[in-house]
Amino acid sequence: MNSILVYCELDGTRVAEVSLELLSKGRRLADALNVQLEAVALGADLSTLPAQVYPYGADTLHLFEDERLSPYTTLPHTSVLCRLIEEEKPQIFLLGATVIGRDLAPRISSALHCGLTADCTALELGDYEDKKSGVKIENLLYSIRPAFGGNIVATIVNPYHRPQMATVREGVMPLQRVRPDGCDGNTVHHNVSEYVSDADFMVRIIERHVKPQDNNLKNAPIVVAGGYGMGSKENFDTLYTLAHLLHGEVGATRAAIDAGFTTHDRQIGQTGLTVRPKVYIACGISGQVQHISGMSDSGIIISVNSDPDAPINAIADYVITGKVEEVIPKLITHYQQKS
Amino acid sequence: MKLNIIVLAKQVPDTRNVGGQAMNDDGTINRSALPAIFNPEDLNALEQALLLKETNPGSRVTLLTMGPHRAADILREGLYRGADEGILLTDRAFAGADTLATSYALASAIKKIGSYDVILCGRQAIDGDTAQVGPQVAQQLGLPQVTYTRRIISLNEGMVTVERSIENGVEIVETSLPVLLTVDGTAAQCRPANAYRLLRFHRAAIPTEQAAEGFRYSKQIVADEALALKEWNLVHINGDAARCGLAGSPTKVRKVDNVIFKAKESKRYSAGDEDIKALVGELLANHTIG
Repeated sequence: MNSILVYCELDGTRVAEVSLELLSKGRRLADALNVQLEAVALGADLSTLPAQVYPYGADTLHLFEDERLSPYTTLPHTSVLCRLIEEEKPQIFLLGATVIGRDLAPRISSALHCGLTADCTALELGDYEDKKSGVKIENLLYSIRPAFGGNIVATIVNPYHRPQMATVREGVMPLQRVRPDGCDGNTVHHNVSEYVSDADFMVRIIERHVKPQDNNLKNAPIVVAGGYGMGSKENFDTLYTLAHLLHGEVGATRAAIDAGFTTHDRQIGQTGLTVRPKVYIACGISGQVQHISGMSDSGIIISVNSDPDAPINAIADYVITGKVEEVIPKLITHYQQKS
Repeated sequence: MKLNIIVLAKQVPDTRNVGGQAMNDDGTINRSALPAIFNPEDLNALEQALLLKETNPGSRVTLLTMGPHRAADILREGLYRGADEGILLTDRAFAGADTLATSYALASAIKKIGSYDVILCGRQAIDGDTAQVGPQVAQQLGLPQVTYTRRIISLNEGMVTVERSIENGVEIVETSLPVLLTVDGTAAQCRPANAYRLLRFHRAAIPTEQAAEGFRYSKQIVADEALALKEWNLVHINGDAARCGLAGSPTKVRKVDNVIFKAKESKRYSAGDEDIKALVGELLANHTIG
């Protein structure tokens, strides 16, 4: 039976966390389908890839090692993957819904004329009945994603084209090491020049500025998040004090970021990060569905809002009705006194 | 250098601010109550096109959209802001298209336009948020692409230099023309409608609108051919019906669920000192914080 293939995105020589999450999910899907899980990586130095990838359950690792493949550019990665897919004929091909994944996946789906579902938040297996022809297909990939600004969740299938492609959001699939460190699989070193042409290198990277993530929002146990209701940057800044005190991180809604209260890397919601902290303190956040979809799995939700009927209050465990500029300083003071 | 610039745009329901009037009693969305707007990032793309036109006099900006007849509204809006020409791609055969079938129709229309140096579009549309159509069009036209464009730094002698967003940073890339760029929301905002252009182009219409009863600007359109918006169907773009619309879409929607978050029983507190003190005490006692 045809395999499941996962694209391993690289940050230098390190495999991106979303790719390991996809390998974890891919392993479970492969077991359910009783097929092999294959991984593919392209880059300049892939010597540590087997050690990084095999513990997450891949059976085979395809390596394309070439200076020209790092940093990522669209065309050579497209050429390599299209050809590899034609050779290996996987039934499912998964990529992270990152800048790279969202640049690369549509290009491949267009070249191979197969269906692609973007930004999935869940993947399942199930049957599909074509109502027109009456044909029933078993064990299709259900690609599940929010759409329409997060107001609906759609289940998408690819009945007749292979591979079934999906990009998956970071942080939605749990990481699962299924094999011990040092385990091994079938590593295949490919000859890159057989897969790319000179024309693939017409886009040249002149400069690159990457700064390491200066917050740990994704893994923070406590998130203090502010919305447009914080009113001003000065008010918003009080959230850093509270977050620091609680050993948490500061998050924000898109509206707060658009208003200039904080930076884009703190955005939580459908077009930002998905977080599931132990505690989520929502300050001046009304609770648009786009935001809630990025935090509704939080353990305890505390809402601070002047509107007693703010939609977010419906999913909160604790609701404080009052002005944020009064409540936040009081929370800070009382916490300092008690602890 | 005179450039032929094509901007791909989509008319979308404004999903960003779903207000009370757009909610049904059961918590689902009443889509028809949402205003139809020019997709925000497509406006960022249009601005990049207009900036290129300013630095390259004699360039021409053609706005291309696919949708029902009412999508001609965004063609007019683009003309008000500075586009030179509008084309609506409309046909029952295009209905129900997924991103791949959409990109096929758009790529076919671009081939019919024929001459282009730069194709610009928004990174993604706010109704689907897929970011797929741009790269899929580029692939079908055999063009290089630069996604997540923040700004065009320079364009000369057939080469373009672009700043784009990447995870946690930016990248500056250079490639040859023709090229397809997808522009994200960090790029410059689109200039507003120009009053003189509005006065002139509010009379612009597609043939279907011109043929409608009560259409008042037939004479003006004869006198000013820039007011004649183009309306292309499957035959005009020499398209293959099997690759368009629902029939040409590899992906099928199996089901759609409305998102309704489960309400919890919540404890309520006021902003008074006693209440906040009690709450902090409880949160510490049950180890929620601390």
